Amino acid sequence: MIRIALRMLTGDTAKYVGLIGGVAFAVMLMAQQASIFVGLMLRTAAQVIDVVDADLWVMDPRVIYVEEIEPLPESALWRVRGVAGVDWATPFFKGLTVARAPDGRLQQVFVLGVDDASLAGGPPVMLQGSVEDLRRPGAIVIDRVGALFIWPGEEPAPGKMLEMADRRATVVGIAEASAPFTTFPVIYTRYSEALRFAPPPRKPLSYILVRAQAGEDIDALAERITAETGLLALRWQDFAWRTIRYYLTRTGIPINFGITVALGFIVGAAVVGQTFMIFVLENLRQFGALKAMGVSNGTLLRMVLAQAGAVAAIGYGLGIGLAAVFFEVTGRTNVDLRGFFLPWWVAAIVAFAVVVIILVASVASIRKALTLDPAVVFK
Amino acid sequence: MSAVVTARGVAKDFPSGDGTIRVLHGIDLSVRSGEMLLLVGPSGCGKTTLISILAGILSATEGAIEVLGQDVRHLTPSAAARFRRETVGFIFQQYNLLPSLTAAENAAIPLVIRGERLDRAARKARAVLDGLGMGAHADKLPKQLSGGQMQRVAIARALVHEPPFIVCDEPTAALDAASGHEAMRQLRESAVRPGRAVVVVTHDPRVYGFADRIARMEDGRIVELAEDAAAIRRMTEH
Ligand SMILES: Nc1ncnc2c1ncn2[C@@H]1O[C@H](COP(=O)(O)OP(=O)(O)OP(=O)(O)O)[C@@H](O)[C@H]1O
Ligand SMILES: [Mg+2]
Repeated sequence: MIRIALRMLTGDTAKYVGLIGGVAFAVMLMAQQASIFVGLMLRTAAQVIDVVDADLWVMDPRVIYVEEIEPLPESALWRVRGVAGVDWATPFFKGLTVARAPDGRLQQVFVLGVDDASLAGGPPVMLQGSVEDLRRPGAIVIDRVGALFIWPGEEPAPGKMLEMADRRATVVGIAEASAPFTTFPVIYTRYSEALRFAPPPRKPLSYILVRAQAGEDIDALAERITAETGLLALRWQDFAWRTIRYYLTRTGIPINFGITVALGFIVGAAVVGQTFMIFVLENLRQFGALKAMGVSNGTLLRMVLAQAGAVAAIGYGLGIGLAAVFFEVTGRTNVDLRGFFLPWWVAAIVAFAVVVIILVASVASIRKALTLDPAVVFK
Repeated sequence: MSAVVTARGVAKDFPSGDGTIRVLHGIDLSVRSGEMLLLVGPSGCGKTTLISILAGILSATEGAIEVLGQDVRHLTPSAAARFRRETVGFIFQQYNLLPSLTAAENAAIPLVIRGERLDRAARKARAVLDGLGMGAHADKLPKQLSGGQMQRVAIARALVHEPPFIVCDEPTAALDAASGHEAMRQLRESAVRPGRAVVVVTHDPRVYGFADRIARMEDGRIVELAEDAAAIRRMTEH
């Protein structure tokens, strides 16, 4: 009878395509909206995520997210270096300044200053040039998309010049950096250069990056640093999450976007639920005939669940595939959507949502079939 | 001749407003092995209600119904479903074929309901369709068939599992006179067998000639029973 149930489903091609298409559309809507939301939130922590060589970020305990810098005194660096288990600790400068392109255009940029000696905390991926070139005076590395903002229509390449705080900077390399929430270009330079490019506060040290000695327990080290220096030490994941949580709770953006995501789920649920319920109700007479001929309610239930399962599985596969393709394509072709992707757990949540929706729709519509008086077939 | 179906004192109430309304009043009827019994009467007299009760689709309010010695009145819903799939063949006025299955697959449904695989069941159904002259149409979908052909698929579906009891509600009502006559002839020829009882509800006096006996109903009662050819002829002329 399951075979027959599936044949009932595929019998009317137009309806079948509509049903699958409806589910696929809903899945795509849910996955796409939720992924963009997640991507946007990750962008708020882009510069934390991009530092790949440190185990811990050390900061003033008052820091609640990465953009709100509470500068540290230079002495903090020495105190952190003195904590047992620290392999290295380097200064990290993070500031904002205005860059002037040769044609006079102004552009707000992030300036990230990395340790003069080790260059720790530098760009995660170099596309052109080498991080080592940062050692040259006035040298900067700029992120690819940032270069496109500053020099529109030009291929990003080393050799270009900028002016920041009336000082000339030479691009020596192009990096791939995670898109920041504000989409400002990201400029990497040495710590000492950064203090000249960006107006430094009275105390210039934004963060301290720490690498633990091999075999050291990172969490224990973080606690030790806090105990001995009074500074807050966080794993990058915790700092990123702290930043994301700030945006989630303190700004209206996530609420508004969250409503959009929720609407995506509600619209998706309505589409999936409605289309499937209509399918079952349209087939009520067929179910009635089968019931008259002796199909038990248990079998009827299995038939509807098989139909629901098939619709959910195919629609989900199609929709999630489309969402993945969307991010794959836009990630390559559209600089504004770069870095957005479909997290596996968003796919899992959407799968769960579809299962719940289709189960509810099945139960709601199967009730009609189960309580159906088989006598309808004589009507 | 032994009775396949026996009804004694069958009454049926339907809820109506605050109370109930009685649509069958003490029906006594038996359908014999090897006979085709026609159930006739004006619209609303209770024909459909009566065969629904005999076939285990509705339960009677009063009375006793036995089919092959089995008490049909006091079945649980699942036992009633089992009774229907094992004992009864159905032919409906609206055919009730599944539009996405071929003729052979539609005719195979009762076997599939009993647990056979669809492809094996369809092979058996094909033989039954062959016997009804429908062999050439076995792989067509219902929408590619005429009304008469669809009703023949429905006849095959009622026969495929060789049930001892077949009920038909107005099998010719949706057909023109010629195909209605042809459908009744085929039903008569293929369905009536020793050991099997066939009940046909009809409005159409032109098919009375196919009957072994005719029971005429009025207002929920059987008011006349024509038991021989002469009595059937008299009823036809009326
Ligand atoms: N489910 C029901 N609820 C209430 N009343 C019903 C129900 N089913 C049938 N009736 C009533 O019972 C009476 C007999 O109906 P039934 O369908 O058995 O008549 P019938 O002889 O088959 O008529 P027709 O020739 O029009 O098909 C009618 O008055 C009908 O309105
Ligand atoms: Mg009727």
